[in-house]
Amino acid sequence: MNRNKLNIKLLSTFGQRGSAFSVALPQILQEIPNVMLLTADMSSTGALGRFKDANPDHFINVGIAEQNLLGMAAGLAEEGWRPICVAQACFITMRAFEQARQYAGYMHNPIVLVGIDSGYSTKFMGNTHYSLEDLSLMRLIPGMNVVAPCDALQAALALEAAVKSDNPTYIRLYGMPGHPIVYTSNEAPFEIGKANILKEGKDVKIVAIGSMVNVAMKAADQLKKMGIEAEVIDMHTLKPLDTSVLNKVSLVVTVEEHRMMGGLGEAVASHYMEAGIQTKLVRMSIPDSFGTVGNVPYMLEQSGLTVEGIVSTINNNFNKE
Amino acid sequence: MAKTIEQLKKDVLDMKLKALDISLSAGQYGELSHVGSAFSAMEIMSALYEVAKIDDPEQEDRDRVIISKAHCILALYTALYKKGLISESELETVDKNGTTLWGHPYRNLKRGIEFSGGSLGLGISYAAGVAYSCKLKGLNNRIFVLLGDGECNEGIVWEALMSIAHFKLSNLTVIVDKNGLQFDGTTDEIMSLGNLEDKFKAFGYDVVTVNGHEVGDVVDALRNKSFERPNVVIAKTNKANGISFLENQAKSHVFMIKQKEYDLAKNDIISAYEQK
Repeated sequence: MNRNKLNIKLLSTFGQRGSAFSVALPQILQEIPNVMLLTADMSSTGALGRFKDANPDHFINVGIAEQNLLGMAAGLAEEGWRPICVAQACFITMRAFEQARQYAGYMHNPIVLVGIDSGYSTKFMGNTHYSLEDLSLMRLIPGMNVVAPCDALQAALALEAAVKSDNPTYIRLYGMPGHPIVYTSNEAPFEIGKANILKEGKDVKIVAIGSMVNVAMKAADQLKKMGIEAEVIDMHTLKPLDTSVLNKVSLVVTVEEHRMMGGLGEAVASHYMEAGIQTKLVRMSIPDSFGTVGNVPYMLEQSGLTVEGIVSTINNNFNKE
Repeated sequence: MAKTIEQLKKDVLDMKLKALDISLSAGQYGELSHVGSAFSAMEIMSALYEVAKIDDPEQEDRDRVIISKAHCILALYTALYKKGLISESELETVDKNGTTLWGHPYRNLKRGIEFSGGSLGLGISYAAGVAYSCKLKGLNNRIFVLLGDGECNEGIVWEALMSIAHFKLSNLTVIVDKNGLQFDGTTDEIMSLGNLEDKFKAFGYDVVTVNGHEVGDVVDALRNKSFERPNVVIAKTNKANGISFLENQAKSHVFMIKQKEYDLAKNDIISAYEQK
């Protein structure tokens, strides 16, 4: 992909899906001509229209049928195509979990599964449409890359990396057009399985994923004013987890718009335990219950997944001596 | 060279006897075998590998045989053995620790195995993707997918059937092994399929129903294909066909074959063959 053609502000305006499918994918197709874009009736929601219209032979809509979406993708993959499957994050990972395990994992087809509207993106649609377990589920599948981009640029880069990977990949997309910018340069690094250290800091390590990276950066700025130096890690890949950035520090805080079980916090905790690194670890995530509905800021506030929530959590747990 | 009906019948006899040998060796150390569903599909499998052009199982324009009702390995592996794609010594490893011929087949083109089956319903959805690709590439080949009637309980089967018709995949032929039994009883009492032929017609398929134990009839049905619409061959069969003490009984689905059962079944199969 020609990075020079990527205008950060424009990508942010398009949002993650617009960047991935309208900007990145046409370029990816030029390099990898066997790309096949499939969707389960999410063409307009997923911003697939531009690609579809320009490349009708590289597009299949299977209707509202996530299981068959992955089945057809597997058949196409074994016939030499590079399928990218787009559906709601909750349905592609849950309705079609067994298909993901069988066709992508067990048969080891490098299918790219893209879940749109992850986390609380679907707002007032409520719990059936919230996708708060997708990362854990996909992480369970042997060989599956699990990636959650933090901004629109990274969504584009993640899609390219996933299509080029020999492994199947789940990409968790988030939010609507007008996405906050984390990476201000189109030369930003992105490699599946390699975390990016966005901010250096000796006092506390904040490990964030997806939508929470931007929030963590703002929290670090506030903490600095309070005299706490926070390191911020963009752990865009949950699997394989980059443990090289998980070194000893007195306090580690993980932040994810996802349930605790099987998510980022658990993965990070497992590493510290197994490596025998003693540290205080606080996992910020979504409680193990079905809650009310609301817009994204409201819902995140319920779980303390806000700038203020991160700041106060760190302030309460940081040993100032 | 097309085989004669007599040659195909002899193939089926050989497959059945080999399948019994494998079941006996499993039974001797207490393992069950998927006997019933294999013996309902022996003639179907023989016919499939007669009609499908897969002389080179890795060539791009080969026909694809996709086994969705994957528990019928005793029919599949013995058919591939007759086809020369699995050796006798490999066949003897079935149901032995560390074998590469698993209880549900794993994709291996050198052996002519297209699909890693086991979870019911997943083969036909996969086949839809394969057929879509072959059509798009303009390959002049055919895709066959074998379904069980019990398997048709699965929702993904109907998602796939809808999409095959929608995308006009006339290069695809579905074969239903309609033995009328599933694990817990008859399909009519557990989950009725109603008039399956009408259902397929309503979905937009060309449908033909045959006696699934007349190998020549199955071959003919598979050879005649519509070029307008996707095809369905409903093969009416008996579970554990030809084994007197198991035929048409749900318990035949998985059964332990010991020496006594082996001798009885072998006798049944050989005498039925000789009477014809």
